[in-house]
Amino acid sequence: MRVSYNWLKKYVDLKVSPMELADKLTMAGLEVASVEYLAEGIDKVVVGKILKVEPHPNADKLVVCSVDVGTPGEPLQIVTGATNVAAGQLVPVAVVGATLPGDFKIRKANFRGLPSYGMLCSADELKINPALVSLEDREGIMSLGPDAQIGMPVTTYLGLDDYVIEIELTPNRADCLSMINVAREVAAITGSRLNLPSLDLDRMQGELPCSVEIEADDLCSRYIALMIEDIQLGPSPRWMQQCLLAAGMRPINNVVDVTNFVMLETGQPLHAFDYDTLHGRKIIVRRAKPNENMMSLDGVLRRLDPEMLVIADEDRAVGIAGVMGGLETEVTDATKTVLLESAHFDNMSIRKTARKLGLRSEASSRFEKGVNREGALFAALRAVQLMEEMGAGKGKMGIIDVYPHPWESYEITLRTKRTNQILGTDFTTQEIKNFISQLDFTVLQEEGDSIRYLIPSYRQDITREIDLIEEVARLYGYNKIPVTMPKSEMTPEQKTPLQSLHDTVVDTAAALGLTEIVSYSFINPQSFDKLNLPQEHPWRQVVQIANPLTEEQSVMRTSLLPGLLGAAERNFSRRQTALSLFEVGRVFLPSVSGPLPQERLQLGILISGQFKPGWSWPVQELDFYHLKGMLEYLIEQVLGTKLSFKPITGKPFLHPGRGAEVLYRDQVIGEMGELHPDVQENYGFSQRVYIGYLDLERIAALDKKEIRFTPIPRFPSVDRHMAVLLPEEVSSDRIGQVIREIGGSLVASYELFDVYRGPQVPAGWKSLAYGITYQDAERTLTDEEVNQLHDKIKEAIKEQLGADFR
Amino acid sequence: MKEQLQKIAGEAELACKNASTQEELENIRVRYLGKKGALTQVLRGMGKLSAEERPVIGKFANEVKEMLEQKIETRVRELKSLAKEMQIKKETIDVTLPGVRFIAGRKHPLTQVLDEIKHIFVTMGYSVAEGPEIELDYYNFEALNIPKNHPARDMQDSFYISDEVLLRTHTSPVQIRVYEAMAPKLPVKIIAPGKVFRRDDDATHSPMFHQVEGFLIDEHVTFGDLKGTLLTFVRKMFGADREIRLRPSYFPFTEPSAEVDISCIMCNGSGCRVCSNTGWLEILGSGMVHPRVLEMTGYDPEQVSGFAFGMGVERIAMLKYGIDDLRHLFDNDVRFLSQF
Ligand SMILES: [Zn+2]
Repeated sequence: MRVSYNWLKKYVDLKVSPMELADKLTMAGLEVASVEYLAEGIDKVVVGKILKVEPHPNADKLVVCSVDVGTPGEPLQIVTGATNVAAGQLVPVAVVGATLPGDFKIRKANFRGLPSYGMLCSADELKINPALVSLEDREGIMSLGPDAQIGMPVTTYLGLDDYVIEIELTPNRADCLSMINVAREVAAITGSRLNLPSLDLDRMQGELPCSVEIEADDLCSRYIALMIEDIQLGPSPRWMQQCLLAAGMRPINNVVDVTNFVMLETGQPLHAFDYDTLHGRKIIVRRAKPNENMMSLDGVLRRLDPEMLVIADEDRAVGIAGVMGGLETEVTDATKTVLLESAHFDNMSIRKTARKLGLRSEASSRFEKGVNREGALFAALRAVQLMEEMGAGKGKMGIIDVYPHPWESYEITLRTKRTNQILGTDFTTQEIKNFISQLDFTVLQEEGDSIRYLIPSYRQDITREIDLIEEVARLYGYNKIPVTMPKSEMTPEQKTPLQSLHDTVVDTAAALGLTEIVSYSFINPQSFDKLNLPQEHPWRQVVQIANPLTEEQSVMRTSLLPGLLGAAERNFSRRQTALSLFEVGRVFLPSVSGPLPQERLQLGILISGQFKPGWSWPVQELDFYHLKGMLEYLIEQVLGTKLSFKPITGKPFLHPGRGAEVLYRDQVIGEMGELHPDVQENYGFSQRVYIGYLDLERIAALDKKEIRFTPIPRFPSVDRHMAVLLPEEVSSDRIGQVIREIGGSLVASYELFDVYRGPQVPAGWKSLAYGITYQDAERTLTDEEVNQLHDKIKEAIKEQLGADFR
Repeated sequence: MKEQLQKIAGEAELACKNASTQEELENIRVRYLGKKGALTQVLRGMGKLSAEERPVIGKFANEVKEMLEQKIETRVRELKSLAKEMQIKKETIDVTLPGVRFIAGRKHPLTQVLDEIKHIFVTMGYSVAEGPEIELDYYNFEALNIPKNHPARDMQDSFYISDEVLLRTHTSPVQIRVYEAMAPKLPVKIIAPGKVFRRDDDATHSPMFHQVEGFLIDEHVTFGDLKGTLLTFVRKMFGADREIRLRPSYFPFTEPSAEVDISCIMCNGSGCRVCSNTGWLEILGSGMVHPRVLEMTGYDPEQVSGFAFGMGVERIAMLKYGIDDLRHLFDNDVRFLSQF
């Protein structure tokens, strides 16, 4: 809402400056977005009359004007390139010494040999809102009305010596889409006297020659019609134009301007019909008929449907209720009589219609936010009063007021004790009464510490006691309420297993050298094609957004991979080739039961590129085993136990020879591996990428291994090595299994310390070097015992795995 | 014999002085003091001496032996320390060369800010709760006193899955879920962080962002308590000399409602570009839990009151780190992420 300071002064005795007022409004909950001084940067620009226009002797494109700016002596000679100047015109003149917005100083100038003592201005040069002036006034010199007085500051004439306070209204304060209601608020918060326009109501007598019928009374709770005769269409007075311009509306003619002015003043949208164009002297408020059409004021043929409310005459729709009037019943130069509508329509219906038609107007947005139907009569009468005052027409006696759903007033009791309980204050009943009295609410009854108030219809946001308590707090000042701390007892923090897991995983991942990313929860469904997922792949069972912003953000992710790969893609394209990324976030799987999908917290990791420890150490290529080591370390931190990894070949996005399932005991908790070369190609990656993900939800449900102290061995351990030649197709974990199986409790630990393939190893075989530590908790093992056991293990490996020894 | 011994002593002493390695000294020890050494050889001839001479020469020989042993020992120590000195000199490195680099892992700045916010409230006795990111219309709107057709729904253009299911537009539905689960137990002291979604994508809006909701309900919780709690938080988060300012505002699920500003962290309130010359930065929305919300979730608003507040994590992260563009936070450029 744009509130003109000058306009506001008509209704309230302002004792504060525009800036102070803006601050008070903000602190009272009407947040001021900006305060604009309309004449900002304009100085010594006056109204001038062009007396003469002559061609420039030395330039085709220039003319020489002789301009009277009201100063004694000769008129000023001003050279201009504008083409729309003519003798007799009144125009803004920036005289020598004047300033224009942008700190543009006017000096005496010389144009092709002729001196020029000033500049004629366009609307743009005065920084006037381009939406409010004609194209000609913007591109050429602005022409002023005949009422402009020569020599007067143009800012005064145009009403620019004014401040516009732009208020961002919260949805509960739609009442302040009215200058009068803003004035009420200002009076309450500044303690100033209100000065509202008064009306004579004797127009109630008499009968109008037309009728109003509300068919759809579910969508129209009130319809008032008035008539104004002897219409003299012309411009509205300067003061009204200034008000409209300040509010951001363009003056049209006196009839339309009055309807707009009253709408801004009272919040009640009005519409003027050319009475003689209405068929059957009848207004019918009804739903549109199927396939009904109407040409709206903007000249567009609108296709209506039965969900829309229209204003019709006997034969056809003549207006889309609350949204826009029809062209055929528009007020024109030929109009003799106006039928004025002041009505109340259902806000949802208006909202839907305005959306469907893509038509949003000052009127429709007011109806959507809620208009006070009790104010409809005041607005109608005010319009007639103004039209009469400015000679636009003459009100006809009589009013039609069809009011099927009258406003029901209500009362609210405010208790002092309750107010203090909520606010933490110690107000007396009298103090509270004083605050509310600033709002001018009627006290119905006082009993002990309770006061019963009648809530006025223009404050429909106040519906229960708590709202009055807020008014007390607001009028007292939020910042004066004492600061205290809650007395609630301390409760120890309780983390769920998933929360603890989440925190540990993030901390550990970062400690492992992984950098956390945050990607959108919605992804592009095409990323599944990039991952080469077959149509029936479960990840394609997505939760779809019905109204996405773009196709790229149209489905909820079922995997963290698209986000990680997208981040890799962006970084690679910026030459960031060494990546160690992780994300912890939810994926969304179709619902198992109930209306909501399943949300599962997952960890995703992506590594790629080189790890360069520095100047004297070898560069490491991040690979499968780096990733595997990270997962192992992570899980050991979390569960205290080791993971196992099983090769998987069927994953479309994993390298068939370099993919693994991650298992804890026998439960699959994740997958990892190198990105399939085809997928790597789909993404256009020129380097290998390794990805892995774990389902944290599943891990949180697993038992964490309880830490139990094991006594430190008292007897020495013995180390033995073995180099196993193993066929390539046999996985190394089988050796571990055999060592454990045969060695039993005497094997304290074993470790794979080398893998070799080369000249000494036959093709199709690999050489694995193991170190085994033997130990008995009860005694010292003899060499012989150890050798025997070691040989037994070797024998078993040979037999069971087809291995050989070197 | 004495002269013989003196001669040996002189020779050995000289050899000792000239020795430059421990090995040489060992040889000297063997040559003079060993079983077949010169001194031993001389002492073997002691039998030929008279009874008077024997103790005198014997004593002298022992003195020579001790003296030589000591000389050798001293020289060994000298050489050892010399060798160490040499070694140290040889082994001196350039300590200004870079150390071994480990991959520097980082938590996302939003996570870091969230952790900090959580920590502050956890130390004030709050527990962390979470709710679904895909939420029922009921929890996201209805139960928060935002019925269908309510103009406040316009403020939050939502992503819908179906008529009744949407991506939550704020973390406030967690309030309802917690109240429903807890009623009528008291107190309820919860902090609820999470992702939220709105249909907005421009320089200052991201379609996904993060919020933290906090709420406390109990007997006798006041608006003053809300102010105290927020002031404590703000000072822990943004510095001990921060001030707060509350402005009346509107949220359908709180009444009275307030926007909370902090004195600008850049200019300390004197006015700068960051605070648009107001001296204040808006950082959270808050208010007393609306009695209607309490009624709907099984609490009696005549007995129980409480406050709730919500803040945008991105905004706080941007202020804290001086990040000038929201989009950095979701772009995942490692050159950005590695700065935090
Ligand atoms: Zn500042």
